Amino acid sequence: MASKRDKTKSLDEVVGELRSGMTIGLGGWGSRRKPMAFVRAILRSDVKDLTVVTYGGPDLGLLCSAGKVKKAYYGFVSLDSAPFYDPWFAKARTAGEIEVREMDEGMVKCGLEAAAARLPFLPIRAGLGSDVRSFWGDELKTVTSPYPEADGRSETLIAMPALNLDASFVHLNLGDKHGNAAYNGVDPYFDDLYCMAAEKRYVSVERIVETEELVKSVPLQNLLLNRMMVDAVVEAPNGAHFTLAGESYGRDEKFQRHYAESAKTPESWQAFVDTFLSGSEEDYQAAVKKFADSSKAGEQAK
Amino acid sequence: MSESTVTRAEYVVLACAEIFSGAGEIMASPMSTSSTIGARLARLTTEPDLLITDGEALILEDTPAVGTKGPVEGWIPFRKVFDVVASGRRHVVMGANQLDRHGNQNLSAFGPLQQPTRQMFGVRGAPGNTINHATSYFVPKHSKRVFVDKVDVVCGVGYDQIDPENPAYKYLNIPRVVTNLGVFDFGGPGNTFRALSLHPGVTAEEVAENTSFEVAGLAEAGITRDPTAEELHLIRETLDPRNLRDREVSA
Repeated sequence: MASKRDKTKSLDEVVGELRSGMTIGLGGWGSRRKPMAFVRAILRSDVKDLTVVTYGGPDLGLLCSAGKVKKAYYGFVSLDSAPFYDPWFAKARTAGEIEVREMDEGMVKCGLEAAAARLPFLPIRAGLGSDVRSFWGDELKTVTSPYPEADGRSETLIAMPALNLDASFVHLNLGDKHGNAAYNGVDPYFDDLYCMAAEKRYVSVERIVETEELVKSVPLQNLLLNRMMVDAVVEAPNGAHFTLAGESYGRDEKFQRHYAESAKTPESWQAFVDTFLSGSEEDYQAAVKKFADSSKAGEQAK
Repeated sequence: MSESTVTRAEYVVLACAEIFSGAGEIMASPMSTSSTIGARLARLTTEPDLLITDGEALILEDTPAVGTKGPVEGWIPFRKVFDVVASGRRHVVMGANQLDRHGNQNLSAFGPLQQPTRQMFGVRGAPGNTINHATSYFVPKHSKRVFVDKVDVVCGVGYDQIDPENPAYKYLNIPRVVTNLGVFDFGGPGNTFRALSLHPGVTAEEVAENTSFEVAGLAEAGITRDPTAEELHLIRETLDPRNLRDREVSA
């Protein structure tokens, strides 16, 4: 009997399919369920000149630290806890290294929905009267309703262009080898929309299980991705670290603070890269565990 | 407790509660400690139908102290928040790195758009909030650095951006600005920043010295009312027993 495609791949195999200059979407939100193992794999690759679409967090920060971002489309960039502002994104911005198309948070959702429905734009109120217009210039236009109001005036709204993506990277809690995947916890974020807006859709999951186990493990409503929305599945336990991941784990606040502190000087960043970002994902996870153990020991010593 | 012991932070919380007077059955979205205590105070006194959340994805059934969890009545993940924004059934209280006399607000960055001198959050939900539903502001330290002649990046839309020919702007509404010095709105001439009341102990001179532009109605502004005994009790015992409000607002 013919069987469904097995889509399991490794992180580096997936990133091997990326090309410089692509437009990529990164799922999650701020410092929440970000596809960080994929981001680390992109750092290991020679891919560059990326256009990134995201509700930004340390994913965008890390890509900026390696000079991989040419242009960024985002509603915000936040670490969600102190120091809140991502230091590498801030550096890239104040150095003028990236061109930005900053927009209202709701415009990101709207642009992904337009792409998902293969529409050139969707009208939205958000953006009118704000400097979002200045960030975008001629790339963001308005559209006037063909249906006037009772008083004869017609609404002119932002025509949010489709955020069509060459590739999307998302991280979910559980999936099968065919691309069915589920989130757990309180929020799906927008990961289904990223997948529907993209040509190539890559999902990493905490654990790959048989389909039957997947659908038994979560309510139907949590089955966010189906097979039509996924091209490759990577098993990446702790793959959202140091961001939080629903019921799987919370944010590693200590490590995120260490990341943000390390960005302050070339020396401290080199040390961070040497310790955490110069080997494989397994090396990273081992170093992270060591970091947690040593900071615990340090606390006990106090 | 005598009224003379009411702290500045308590007047601020009270003023934040009054932001929601008459709001009805909408989502109250305060973005800071004091405005959160204020929204919850309103819910426990005059506005029981307000919807409040845990700041993440849960709609709270009860009205717990700030920083604590309680029973849940519903689900509001981020994508559904954008549906609520577009529906207009919401009143948000945002912070502001800069605010001008027409209500333009900045929380994005300082300096040029494509090469700022200091990076903050980006525009976040400010453009969508301000164009869709009631938006108030809370500023814990009223200063000339915040209340500027011109904001660097317009995130929250001010009254002077409205195109009167375009009905898409019809929902723009900035009911209040609450600061550590007083309570303000944009009811001055041509929708400009106007003083409604100053907190006890604050002088008109102090407000003028800490605002880059002229404040309408400053000489006539009254004094922020005292909290009732019930309000004080709710603030001190029920909503903020750990006194987190004092960390945000100093006299």
